[in-house]
Amino acid sequence: MLIACPHCGTRPVEEFTFLGDASVKRPTSTDPSSMEQWHDYVYLRNNPKGRFDEYVHHSGGCRAWLVISRDTATHEVFGCVTARDHGKAKGGVA
Amino acid sequence: MTSYRLPKGGLIDRATTLNFKFDGKSFTGHAGDTLASALIANGVHLMGRSFKYHRPRGVISAGASEPNALVELREGGRKEANTRATMIELYDGLTAKSQNRWPSLDFDIGAINSLVSSMFVAGFYYKTFMWPKSFWEKIYEPIIRRAAGLGTASREADPDKYEKSYAHCDLLVIGSGPTGLMAALAAARSGGRVILADESSRLGGSLLDEREEIDGVSGLEWAEGVIAELSAMPNVTLMPRATVFGWYDGNIFGAVERVNDHVLAPSVHEPRQRYWRIIAKRAVLAAGAEERPVAFGGNDIPGVMLASAMRTYANRYAAAAGKSVVVFTGNDSGYRTARDMKAHGVHVEAIVDSRGGTKADAGGVPVLRGRMIADVSGGKAVTGITLDDHTHLACDAVAMSGGWSPVVNLACHRGAKPSWNDTILGFVAPDVGKDFIVAGSAAGRMLLSECLADGAKAGTLKGRAPAIPKCRDEAFAVSPLWWVRQAQGKAFIDYQNDSIAKDLPLAAREGYRDIELAKRYTTTGMATDQGKLGNVNAIAILAEATGRSMDQVGTTTFRPFYTPVAFGAFAGPFTGHHFQPVRKTPLHDWADELGAVFVETGLWMRSSWFPREGEDWLASASREVVATRERVGICDVSTLGKIDVQGKDAGAFLDRLYCNTFSTLAVGKARYGLMLREDGVVYDDGTTSRLAEDHYVMTTTTANAAKVMAQMEFAHQALFPDLDVTYVSVTEQWAQMAIAGPKSRATIQKIVDGLEMNDQTVPYMAALDISVLGGVPARLFRLSFSGEHAYELAVPADYGNMVARAIMQAGAEFGIVPYGVEALSIMRIEKGHVAGGELNGTTTAADLGLGKMMSTKKDYIGRVMAGREGLVDPQRQCAVGIRPMNADDRIRSGAHILTQGDKPSMANDQGYITSVAWSPMLEMCIGLALVANGRARHGEVVQVWDGLRGHKVEGVICDPVHFDKENRRLHA
Repeated sequence: MLIACPHCGTRPVEEFTFLGDASVKRPTSTDPSSMEQWHDYVYLRNNPKGRFDEYVHHSGGCRAWLVISRDTATHEVFGCVTARDHGKAKGGVA
Repeated sequence: MTSYRLPKGGLIDRATTLNFKFDGKSFTGHAGDTLASALIANGVHLMGRSFKYHRPRGVISAGASEPNALVELREGGRKEANTRATMIELYDGLTAKSQNRWPSLDFDIGAINSLVSSMFVAGFYYKTFMWPKSFWEKIYEPIIRRAAGLGTASREADPDKYEKSYAHCDLLVIGSGPTGLMAALAAARSGGRVILADESSRLGGSLLDEREEIDGVSGLEWAEGVIAELSAMPNVTLMPRATVFGWYDGNIFGAVERVNDHVLAPSVHEPRQRYWRIIAKRAVLAAGAEERPVAFGGNDIPGVMLASAMRTYANRYAAAAGKSVVVFTGNDSGYRTARDMKAHGVHVEAIVDSRGGTKADAGGVPVLRGRMIADVSGGKAVTGITLDDHTHLACDAVAMSGGWSPVVNLACHRGAKPSWNDTILGFVAPDVGKDFIVAGSAAGRMLLSECLADGAKAGTLKGRAPAIPKCRDEAFAVSPLWWVRQAQGKAFIDYQNDSIAKDLPLAAREGYRDIELAKRYTTTGMATDQGKLGNVNAIAILAEATGRSMDQVGTTTFRPFYTPVAFGAFAGPFTGHHFQPVRKTPLHDWADELGAVFVETGLWMRSSWFPREGEDWLASASREVVATRERVGICDVSTLGKIDVQGKDAGAFLDRLYCNTFSTLAVGKARYGLMLREDGVVYDDGTTSRLAEDHYVMTTTTANAAKVMAQMEFAHQALFPDLDVTYVSVTEQWAQMAIAGPKSRATIQKIVDGLEMNDQTVPYMAALDISVLGGVPARLFRLSFSGEHAYELAVPADYGNMVARAIMQAGAEFGIVPYGVEALSIMRIEKGHVAGGELNGTTTAADLGLGKMMSTKKDYIGRVMAGREGLVDPQRQCAVGIRPMNADDRIRSGAHILTQGDKPSMANDQGYITSVAWSPMLEMCIGLALVANGRARHGEVVQVWDGLRGHKVEGVICDPVHFDKENRRLHA
């Protein structure tokens, strides 16, 4: 599998470390009443068949955190952006 | 011995004679031979014994699918077991041994299995060795294990080198027959970067084996012309001796190139094999088709082989499989063997054709139509055949052709299944997209003209395809021919595993109708050849037995590797010291000079203790502790992770990472920090210092250094991208040493430049940029892990050894000692400081007695989740001290704590000991433990139960700080 890092170009998958679902959003509240949201954020992850956005770390390269869009059934990679840009596209992060 | 070498022809170099040994006996062959062809030319047809019945076996094929002629190649550390004689290029000095026979290939005691073969039906092991149950492990399995197995691995290290390499191309062509050559030519002419890989030593594929005519010249000459054109082009890489073994995600192909398997030993600077990862924009599978054997009685007797193999041995290697041949076929290609053998001057007794009629040209050889071979007679060599009408014919070799199976393996490696084609009677590859095209006979196109056209089309990347050369097509008509049921003898399906045709209906009757189950029940297709020859016959017989179509039965799963790949090729150069790096601290040489014993901690080598004459580790570590506490000691702490954090928002960033606050830390001061995971559990700890308003340097534990760095990068880039901060690991850039003990200040004072050290200039938790030894830049921290008045001094890595030596010199008058991580650990347990045993991924800040550090004024990783009910339960296990009641008793890490009077069992478990040391200050064992509601239980007498070691003593729970509770020494 190959991943096109926005900084380093197309690199083999061995250079990357996978974290998982990038659709989750860290809650902004620190109030104990937000515990449900936090629980979902920390523990609940989707595992869909098909297109999936996930965090990967270019740990053996530029060390940027990236978000790749991958088909979990075929491993086709549709795109790769930095986690920073992904966060902006998601409408801001905490 | 009679020579079976044909007087002329073949692609062998008759001028070069090569000497080789098989089973200790000397033979000669020629350059261009394989071990198999050279043995055949020498009249040696018996090359191995089968797995279960130890039947005498010769070659069946002339290529990669060979199931029988497996040998141990080479000797000593270079020995390679289960190597196919058909793929071994002959070289001068080659040595090989047959396998799976004792005492000799000719006389093998194991062959007695064959006499009682009625016992050895499919599922034999499952049925026979069921009872009594206890016998399986001790008696049956060891005996079966000893009897089974083919070659043996060498116990010596492989002296040769292996390499790994990457390649990129616009078009990868797999196979260099007519299809592959046309594909490569088309792509190369359109300017693309082309790699042409073929498993054979010589490019040309089937054109080397067959007598064809293309564009008015022989197929071989045409191939040589194309290869010459390709090799002159800078955009083309030709890779003979390279087997493409797997197709992976992203159109990446794995290949192994046998760089030096064809010589006695690789030259010093060359590898034996090279493992390739080929990243191809597009690829063409032109692997051709594999001929199928036919299941008739004795179809394994040496001398029976595939019709195409017999042609290859004659045409390419000038080796005759026999003096008098019978061809048995159910399709037209068998006729080519009869004609070719006759052309080479070998007598062809008859063509036995299972069909009623054909247009194929028999070349004057008598054809027995509508007949089949029922049985072959002979033991270690063919002596004749019996037809299904009981006619006997004498012969010494049998060529068989059951039809052709396209080699679709690679196209199916990512899960796609092939489908049955009733016209060619073979499974053809599925459509796997535009980036990997199956072409030629691999795609079921069985005529030469189709192959040439198909290759040209598949290889054309842009513009017009090259002109298709003219050729004459051989007839290709095929009828089903799987199993001759009139057979009296054993009709083999999977040669290597000795599964026979009758096993499959038996498996179906016993409920193993699914092909994947039948495979495992009968072991068909489970040998080193992975069913390349036998599986289609097995599927056909199973389909018949169960009344299903070929597609309904389907194939088993195709997986990499196409053929076996040596471990050495995967390991590449990463063996021994190259397997993983050894990390030495900048103070390694200094510690080594002082006689340190090193311990591996992850990749690091850490100085563990510094023994003097006659001391064991405990005596050494204890002496180091006492000397440090009484006078002064120095310890290498360079392995701690060090991360430099800078920027306007550095403080704010650290506030998010740690549960306590760093933005309020004064410049020039250090603070202990605790990091949680987002689920509220403690992650890591360390001291962080503020060197300037916008400049911090943080430390992590040795074990978590890399993980914390990755976590910071995630937090910054994904969670808090608006913070203006940057950070970099400087673990390797600084040598850091702890100098501890009452004389630590006096010692350091002697090497610092222009600084009068006292409690005002260097107060507790100070963090200062200074210089030492007349200008060496340094950072001085007044920190203590030991509980003594202590410092940590960091200098640029390259100054480390020099500065450490200077400190030893400066401290000599006070009796300074170096101390290692063992002494460090004893002192931290004496002081109740938590470390790896307590920061174990289950403990909260409160569990460790550090709950007060958790800020309530800011957001930080783990804040909300740390407040969960279960994590704030007062009954949780929390950190306490533990000591034996009797000072002479020993306690050990891992022992469990039980309430007095409770029965020792895990049901009564109250917690466990996380760290233990023998304290030279208290002269007894002391420890830290996690105990339920432990802080309320100081003074309680408990049972310390070590069920694993069968050991139980009385202990008492106490404060975790065992030594100098008032911290008088720290501030002394």
